[in-house]
Amino acid sequence: MATAEDIRASSDTLFEAKAARRKANTAQYIRWALLFIGGILMVMPIVYMISTSLKWPHEIYDVSLIPKEPHLENYTFVLEDGRFYGWFLNSLIIAVITTISNVLFDSLVGYTLCKFTFPGRYIVFIAILSTLMIPTEMLVIPWYLMSQSFGWLDTHWGIMFPGLMTAFGTFLMKQFFETVPDDFIEAARIDGLNELQIWWTVAMPLVTPALAALAIFVFLGNWTAFIWPLIVTNSWDMYTLPVGLSTFADEADVAWELVMTGAAISTIPTLIVFLIFQRYIIRGVVMAGLKG
Amino acid sequence: MSNLTLSNLVKTYGQTEVLHSIDLAIEAGEFVVLVGPSGCGKSTTLRLIAGLEDVSSGTIEIAGRVVNNLEPKDRDIAMVFQNYAIYPHMSVRKNIGFGLRSSSMSRADKDKRIDDVAEILGMTDLLSRKPSQLSGGQRQRVAIGRAMVRDPAVFLFDEPLSNLDAQLRTQMRLEIKKLHQRVGATIVFVTHDQVEAMTMADRIVIMKDGHIQQIGTPSEVYHKPANAFVARFIGSPSMNMIPAVAENGGLRIDGGAAVPIGLDIAENRKVTLGIRPEDLHPVEGPALISGAVNVREPLGHETLIYVGAGFGDVIAKADGRTPPDLGGMVNLGAELENIHVFDAENGSALT
Repeated sequence: MATAEDIRASSDTLFEAKAARRKANTAQYIRWALLFIGGILMVMPIVYMISTSLKWPHEIYDVSLIPKEPHLENYTFVLEDGRFYGWFLNSLIIAVITTISNVLFDSLVGYTLCKFTFPGRYIVFIAILSTLMIPTEMLVIPWYLMSQSFGWLDTHWGIMFPGLMTAFGTFLMKQFFETVPDDFIEAARIDGLNELQIWWTVAMPLVTPALAALAIFVFLGNWTAFIWPLIVTNSWDMYTLPVGLSTFADEADVAWELVMTGAAISTIPTLIVFLIFQRYIIRGVVMAGLKG
Repeated sequence: MSNLTLSNLVKTYGQTEVLHSIDLAIEAGEFVVLVGPSGCGKSTTLRLIAGLEDVSSGTIEIAGRVVNNLEPKDRDIAMVFQNYAIYPHMSVRKNIGFGLRSSSMSRADKDKRIDDVAEILGMTDLLSRKPSQLSGGQRQRVAIGRAMVRDPAVFLFDEPLSNLDAQLRTQMRLEIKKLHQRVGATIVFVTHDQVEAMTMADRIVIMKDGHIQQIGTPSEVYHKPANAFVARFIGSPSMNMIPAVAENGGLRIDGGAAVPIGLDIAENRKVTLGIRPEDLHPVEGPALISGAVNVREPLGHETLIYVGAGFGDVIAKADGRTPPDLGGMVNLGAELENIHVFDAENGSALT
């Protein structure tokens, strides 16, 4: 039978539980507030970009987020300017080819460095990693001289050759292949697959999340690349989107509303790429949870 | 005719020799278990047979041909791995059929083969599932199915049950044994668990430090261990090892009773007596060993008692209903025929 003592004790525990819950709630609210601030900081530039693209030139330096007289003239202007499609296409060709190339070759080299033992393997790996320490700015001039000698200036090939494989991608893939148990590879070897088939049919599907992440990084990196495409291209029709957009600015004036309009349009493919590959990243995380 | 023959098989890594001249002949349809503590070379032996490692010297013959220089896929073997190695991105059907990819069979024949194997393993309903939707035991069955579908001359199992929980392990043990009886395949099975070895094997190969210690049927290695290592490795709890010396044509336990076992050995030579706990019981009358009961482990039908003797604890089995009191003195005795004698120096059996 419950005594008065018991009842007091149980009401005490109830009170403590409530206090604990309140404390947890406070922590939760603080977390939400911080995330909210972070979210605003992330979204602001995009909102500002879209807002500016809807303004008239005289309104540009008005910091208000809502355009006074919103209009789509800027979009019509940019899209009717025939050069924009060319730049868009150039960027797309370069981003797509470098992405495919990185996904294939970075993973091939990463796989080899991870799953095969051969003399000098460690040295090769360190040599590849050490190239990460060299800044792009330093490489631009040798790249330019090289392109000049090979006759690659002002060509698609010239724009994309430095990015067809990356040390970072190779490193990333090598690390992910470490998570693929050797048993899988040996089982496939016994089942009669050759090494290239094992890489493609067994190892690659097991690192899909890494491939998706790599694809997103490489695509975004090349889609937004500016310095090297600016240097290696000379003619209007070889410009990539970021280089092309920069021509809306000249010594006298920057047509911000046009720059922002072009930028707004150019975010669309990156959004699509992200939406496609994000699915694989999530699926990959789910898959990684199972044994065997 | 033997189906798998290892002759003078040696494996070295750099300067270190890890397998020393292994000789083993396995008959067709035989279930052979390689057992030993970790680092004894059992897995290395299996990987050499599979072709996943290169042979340093010696030969491996499978179904009458030397396979030393053949690729794993050309050796007519199939292997089941410890962590199953079934591909998470493929369905059960694809996983089982994976071993047939490179075969020249027609599509219909392949499907039939997969269906037959699934039927034997009782997995027909699971063929369209992904591995993530299977339990541990079912995954292991898929792995076995993938090996079976190739219909190899030799099946290799590399500790396939060690990832399963105790109950499932017992069940899969039985299933693999039944499967062996049903399809009559030649199986080489590696494990560190002597219970698995005893329950499944036609013959057991006990290894230590890259040497074969003994090859024999479960009964032989249990009742006639070749040396002290085998004697202690097989059986649970381990055999009691009791120091003794030769004296007056018999043996005398250190500071204890005389044991009337006649051996043709030099007076005062040091030996080790091996007595399994199940052969050592509390007795009335003259004792082999006496001491106080330090620990009791009741198992229901019997109780294990740890008895402190001059040279250390010995384990004996007592009745489950009326075990001796904790701390009380007991006299332990054993039948003479159940006492093994080993050389104290090199451990080889003298009886």
